[in-house]
Amino acid sequence: MNNVERELLAESQLDKSFLNETLQGIYQRNIDFADLYFQASSHESWLLEDGVVKEGSYNIERGVGVRAISGEKTGFAYSDDISPVAITKAADAAKGIANSGNSATVHAFKTDKHALIYQSINPIDSLTQEQKITMLHEVEAHARQQDQRVKQVIVSLSGVFEKILVAASDGTYATDIRPLVRLNCSVLVESNGKRERGSAGGGARTDYSYFFEAENNKARYLAYAEEAVRQALVNIVAIESPAGAMPVVLGSGWPGVLLHEAVGHGLEGDFNRKGSSAFSGKIGQQVTSKHCTIVDDGTIANRRGSLNIDDEGTPAQYNVLIEKGILKGYMQDKHNAALMGVNPTGNGRRESYAHLPMPRMTNTYMLAGEHQPEDIIKSVKKGIYAPHFAGGQVDITSGKFVFTSAEAYLIENGEITSPVKGATLIGSGPEAMQKVSMVGNDLALDAGVGVCGKDGQSVPVGVGQPTLKVDEMTVGGTQ
Amino acid sequence: MTDSISIPKQMEQVESRVAEVLSLAKSLGADGAEVSMSKQQGLSVSTRLGEVETVEFTNDGALGITVYQQGRKGSASTADLSDGALKQAVQAAVNIAKYTSVDEFSGLADKELLSMSPIDLDLYHPKELSTDEAIAIAKTCENAALSSDQRITNSDGATLACFEGFKVYGNSHGQLVGYPSSRHSLSCVAIASEGEDMQRDYDYTINRDFALLAQAEKVGINAANEALSRLHARKLPTGKVPVMFRADIANTFFGHFIAAISGGNLYRQSSFLLDALGQPIFPEFLTIKERPHIKKALASSAFDSEGVATVDRDIVKDGVLESFLLTSYSARKLGMQTTGHAGGIHNWQVSSTGGDFNQMLKQLGTGLLVTELMGQGVNVVNGDYSRGAAGFWVENGEIAYPVSEVTIAGNLANMFKQIVAVGNDIDMKGSIRTGSLLLDEMQVAGN
Repeated sequence: MNNVERELLAESQLDKSFLNETLQGIYQRNIDFADLYFQASSHESWLLEDGVVKEGSYNIERGVGVRAISGEKTGFAYSDDISPVAITKAADAAKGIANSGNSATVHAFKTDKHALIYQSINPIDSLTQEQKITMLHEVEAHARQQDQRVKQVIVSLSGVFEKILVAASDGTYATDIRPLVRLNCSVLVESNGKRERGSAGGGARTDYSYFFEAENNKARYLAYAEEAVRQALVNIVAIESPAGAMPVVLGSGWPGVLLHEAVGHGLEGDFNRKGSSAFSGKIGQQVTSKHCTIVDDGTIANRRGSLNIDDEGTPAQYNVLIEKGILKGYMQDKHNAALMGVNPTGNGRRESYAHLPMPRMTNTYMLAGEHQPEDIIKSVKKGIYAPHFAGGQVDITSGKFVFTSAEAYLIENGEITSPVKGATLIGSGPEAMQKVSMVGNDLALDAGVGVCGKDGQSVPVGVGQPTLKVDEMTVGGTQ
Repeated sequence: MTDSISIPKQMEQVESRVAEVLSLAKSLGADGAEVSMSKQQGLSVSTRLGEVETVEFTNDGALGITVYQQGRKGSASTADLSDGALKQAVQAAVNIAKYTSVDEFSGLADKELLSMSPIDLDLYHPKELSTDEAIAIAKTCENAALSSDQRITNSDGATLACFEGFKVYGNSHGQLVGYPSSRHSLSCVAIASEGEDMQRDYDYTINRDFALLAQAEKVGINAANEALSRLHARKLPTGKVPVMFRADIANTFFGHFIAAISGGNLYRQSSFLLDALGQPIFPEFLTIKERPHIKKALASSAFDSEGVATVDRDIVKDGVLESFLLTSYSARKLGMQTTGHAGGIHNWQVSSTGGDFNQMLKQLGTGLLVTELMGQGVNVVNGDYSRGAAGFWVENGEIAYPVSEVTIAGNLANMFKQIVAVGNDIDMKGSIRTGSLLLDEMQVAGN
């Protein structure tokens, strides 16, 4: 018995045979698949604002979700009480989706061994409370040291320690321990009566020591402070952004939110099973320019979007979604994979035991191309260079997507010139991706800050891309 | 999987637990504490293409505690409501308060502002509905969409959800208050296609009282009509044109206003309306009334999330900003008094200039009617606004053709003053009740 089984099962007088019996009970109805998902998580967060550690909180979440699937139908019930009585009650409710009739058998549990993509550590215990507080103060002090125009600093730190156990009628029996840490610095700068914010941060599936490690010869927690101030100072001198269709060069790393919105969501299996995505029925067709190879990769060590196993117990995978412009496959959970006659791809994710799993992204990125980033800029006579973005959104049916720049510059005659104010960029996924004409050799992943929302459920994700050029996009400026 | 014990009964039990948790906090050394506990249970069913897709039994509860110890604050929450977990949560909050800083502005709301015996706002209208009955309603709704037009070729289904629950709040000032509530909704997403073009849109109805939901067929047909109306949308040329926000999205406009006058952004100097109190920020014809005590309304509440009694107030009167939206903390930071806005606003009513939707279109003349906004391109620090939009091109007061893949941009401070009319086609579905809004000019970016 491992620690997860001890906490989630044994402490509540549950064992594997009870789980098997519960699944058998569900299978008295005409059920194709059923699973039990146990979860216990603790989450701490700290907030420092202008020298005062204002808030600290500790949150505990624990429960079990029971799902029963019959054809395209899903019955679902859950409880915050992990006990035999509550589980049986939830199972009875979930199986109500199907009529009586005994179609299949529950497979004996089997557990596969996999190499771990991240370690089973509890980040919350990785620093003392005093050390956490000291780190917050140091980030603030460092931000203020950067420039006298910094008027206000907010630093937040959070750590999640989550344990999950999945037992399913297909024989899946798997556990995972998922650490996740996040540090953020947000500053307000004021100059000549103008004010502007800047924000930077990062995180990973590891412990808090991550923030003290050096990246480019600078400890990460200090680098976040510098980056937040730099961004705010760029934006405070930004001029009005242009309006209209023009070439757009997106920077490497976080601007990969383009792929997440323009392509990623449209390649999730549920939308394609239902035929409601702009990419439905297009496997084997060219859906982007030939310069684009896009993958969803849940296997990168310690990344925010990575998973040892997904929330259905399927090991995370490296999935090629688009290869040189040709659509290769969709991201799948078990339910949609079964209905579409393909294999699950390790993308079955859920926000918690109280939510149903769906096909979701992990770390989605475009592979490097051959161009020097400088040459990509030089190729543009008049356009926008956007190295940093806030969030985005997509309508998967029409394919229309937006994302909003948080740092952007004019490109004039092949040179980056004035910074311009944040503006929303809008396009149609399939069209915009056909217009990707140059891809840089500088693939980078984001700093570990992504949160993806779908049907009201949030999950941590990663994005990445090299510098790339879209020949024409609509830029929503004011001039 | 609803609890067999009734919601009012559960609420009574929880009130005594909240009192226990408060005394536990005190015994662990807290000199002040507040506890809130909420619970929601219900049934959500969805159908797609005439078949059941999901049946979900929801049952969510959470307890949050905040303790104060000599000016230091610590919080904890738990979704596990066993005795052990509650004790652990209180202990965690007390432990955290050892490490946070002394903050002279933090603490419970002032006692004299609390709502000690709140009035009943008639928010609890539970509906006994079997799974089969719920499925039948969702099917009726979706079927109305699917059968309304041949071009409705697909659907993302219809969902009927009935929830009931309660909220209990207590603090060491001796306040212990709570109320049960219910919320029922029916929604439908229709997908229209013709040739290569495919469009989705939705409609929904929501009410505290199930009997007051819109007819299922009507929701389905509206969803279908919305999706159909978007087929064969065009882009627009880039330029400056009059823009009208349809009533159902006009609330987003005031949502940005809410952010700009919220205490948290004000004391952080992160709003373009820092010095706007008492200043004209909207045209003189515009008044926004807040009415927290409307019976059965969605955003009604007798007290805010700190237990502070809510009162009727004018947020904007004749265009002038009359009130910020403050919590105890932000009020103390600003040297003011809380306005009872911890947790958000309570039923806003935006005054109309009298025209109905068609009269508004006539007044728009030739320009863009916006029916959908995308993205979060709003900067509350300086008011810069840039969002994706879809809707219709209007020529001489008549809808000419659908528009998509454009952006609209401006600055909120200017946009507020550029409102030239507010329709009487008031959308009652949300916490902000407003008609369509007509702005004299915005920058549209397209081709």
